[in-house]
Amino acid sequence: MSFINYSSREINCKIVYYGPGLCGKTTNLQYIYNKTNPEAKGKMISLATETERTLFFDFLPLSLGEIRGFKTRFHLYTVPGQVFYDASRKLILKGVDGVVYVGDSQMERMEANIESLENLRSNLQEQGYDLDKLPYVVQYNKRDLPNAIPLPELEEALNPTKVPSFEAVAPKGIGVFDTLKAVAKLVLTELRKGG
Amino acid sequence: MIQQLVMYEEELQQINNVCEILHRDSNAKAVLLIDKNGQAMAQAGDTHELDVTSLSSLTAGNVAATGGIASLLAEKEFAGQFLEGEKTSYHVSIVGQRVILVVLFDERSSLGLVRLRVRKAAAELTNILDVMVKKSASGSGQPSVFSEITDDDIDNLFND
Repeated sequence: MSFINYSSREINCKIVYYGPGLCGKTTNLQYIYNKTNPEAKGKMISLATETERTLFFDFLPLSLGEIRGFKTRFHLYTVPGQVFYDASRKLILKGVDGVVYVGDSQMERMEANIESLENLRSNLQEQGYDLDKLPYVVQYNKRDLPNAIPLPELEEALNPTKVPSFEAVAPKGIGVFDTLKAVAKLVLTELRKGG
Repeated sequence: MIQQLVMYEEELQQINNVCEILHRDSNAKAVLLIDKNGQAMAQAGDTHELDVTSLSSLTAGNVAATGGIASLLAEKEFAGQFLEGEKTSYHVSIVGQRVILVVLFDERSSLGLVRLRVRKAAAELTNILDVMVKKSASGSGQPSVFSEITDDDIDNLFND
């Protein structure tokens, strides 16, 4: 649920990065944080375990600039990917405006990818959302690994609805901003439709 | 789809007034009003040294987690929360089931006083929010600028 403040002329939108454990959701946010001008970002918050696994969420507020005199602010969240944190994932999806699904390109993570995607769809449904109607993009991360599955196979398994998709190597930043821009554009386009 | 909330000048002023009065009457350090998704809506008092954005997001996460616990225990909602610190204490209450009112206070105030003043402010905020929700639904407050956004406007945001 985007929040439009006519008084301070701000649009606030919430984007959630979803995907299986260790697929690189937090790494996406860390890269964005490191490469963004200090004036355009707030503090990045990671609620993580001692071993740096996401426990509840990561949070990064970003300003993208002005559109028709309105400041656009995007709040980026990640969910904890590990299966047993499902209750937390549901909470973070509340009020979402756009979703990035981050898939892990490695062969041995395919089952986890599919499980996470199904989990995303059903958790959204529980909150009254339909993934097919939300601004939604897919990112295939870890494209540099030798055991990465060819792109057409990933597309077939993880992107049946053919939404915009991006290849990525998150620690190096490859595909990270392309993914963010694509989902941000879709969110703003959706806002225009509703306006 | 869940309804979008729109804040117009008139309601913001009313909300700010309620927050200012609450801040003054409860002897608080600061008062924040946050929507349940973690966006700060209004603030009063000594907030310039606070990281309001982070505080809002964490508070919303905290309230969401508490709400999750409530439903596991077959409770509708835990309406309030209080965290006692050595210097600063933190009082949270849910207003009108959609926004979160946070009061930060120190030894100049007390939990009893804060609770008393919050109750009054919450009732007033609920009324203002009801109007806001109706306006957001009908879109009657002002013509939307977003219907005029062009693809170029959106593309221009990303020309870095």
